[in-house]
Amino acid sequence: MKEIIRLVGVLCVICAVAGALLASVHRITQAPIEAAAKAETVAAVRDVLPESDNDPVADAVAVEHHGAEWTFYVAKRNGAFNGAAFETASPEGYGGGISVMVGVRADGAVNGIAILQHHETPGLGAHIEGEPFRGQFEGRRPDATQWAVRKDGGDIDQITAATISSRAVVDAVERGLDVYQQYARMIRAGGEQW
Amino acid sequence: MTRAWSEFVKGLWEENPIFRLVLGMCPTLAVTTSVENSLGMGVASTFVLVCSNIVISSVRSLIPAKVRIPCFIVVIATFVTIVDLLMNGFAHDLHQSLGLFIPLIVVNCVILGRAEAFASKHPIALSIADGVGMGAGFTLGLCALGATREILGAGSLTIWGDLKVAVAGYEPMVLMILAPGGFLALGCLLALMNHIQAVNARRRGKQAPLPPNLDCRHCVICKWGA
Repeated sequence: MKEIIRLVGVLCVICAVAGALLASVHRITQAPIEAAAKAETVAAVRDVLPESDNDPVADAVAVEHHGAEWTFYVAKRNGAFNGAAFETASPEGYGGGISVMVGVRADGAVNGIAILQHHETPGLGAHIEGEPFRGQFEGRRPDATQWAVRKDGGDIDQITAATISSRAVVDAVERGLDVYQQYARMIRAGGEQW
Repeated sequence: MTRAWSEFVKGLWEENPIFRLVLGMCPTLAVTTSVENSLGMGVASTFVLVCSNIVISSVRSLIPAKVRIPCFIVVIATFVTIVDLLMNGFAHDLHQSLGLFIPLIVVNCVILGRAEAFASKHPIALSIADGVGMGAGFTLGLCALGATREILGAGSLTIWGDLKVAVAGYEPMVLMILAPGGFLALGCLLALMNHIQAVNARRRGKQAPLPPNLDCRHCVICKWGA
């Protein structure tokens, strides 16, 4: 009995010390971690958005679509709506989910895309991050594009030996554009100090 | 002092965690797709290893033998979480590429192995020397493997994005940065290490130091280089 109490006591003390230590480290790092995550989003937004003279994150419009929250970062130039960026995702990558930041111009055409997160194979599927693949999306109009890889009869060239990864990106972009178009008027209104 | 030095040096070559003890194979195979990842993983593991060695060595007389493993794991897991938080906050890019592997340091056998086999039986100074040596050996091993795989599989070497060396006119063999390449490169490097040690031992007129659990009936390492 005495021994059990000693064993439990030692473990409890060690766990309590560990917990206290973690709490204090967490307090120190919480702000930098949030700042870094935000800086990452801002960098990706700036990357895909058309020219703007406002803070797209401050002017973001949040929309609820089938229970999921979508955030549209709005670009403005001289106070007028000049495009939007939003994050979209596909669960069907080769190594798991892929999330993509898509930028749209004021006329609805794609301005650019950036891959935020993926678990694709290095050297094969990971090429979705490269300019040759991403660049294909630039200037594409949603209504005049077959959103599928060329192997499936669409307009986007898939990456050789990485059709599944390419398909997932195209799928994510298409789905995101679809949601954007449904709420486009509201997002534009939000861009005009709604 | 000489004792501490020898504890440090043994981790680099004689008891190199990767090539001699063959411990911690999960992170070894998973992160060595590039030198940059290897270096980050090695440094993070070394930090955790040294910290856990210090703590475990300093409380070694207080921990009852029956609950020593849970105690070691709690100590190691705490330091891993600290590394994870610090890296996420202050070295965000590195955290992005290593993110998945940091929690795996908890179950890295090198760290638990050193806690059990060394730190729980030796004073603090020696445990620090052991931790630094083993950590450095682990990092060197990871980098050797990472460099081999990156050169063969990507045709270039990148360290922190600024230092990039490309091998001209070489068609990269993508297989080497995929999972099978990890096993191939590790096997070849292990064989090379064994060969070098066998040859060295022979020169000094000693018997080749055999890797643990090596079955002599099927092995010809000792006869190489004769």
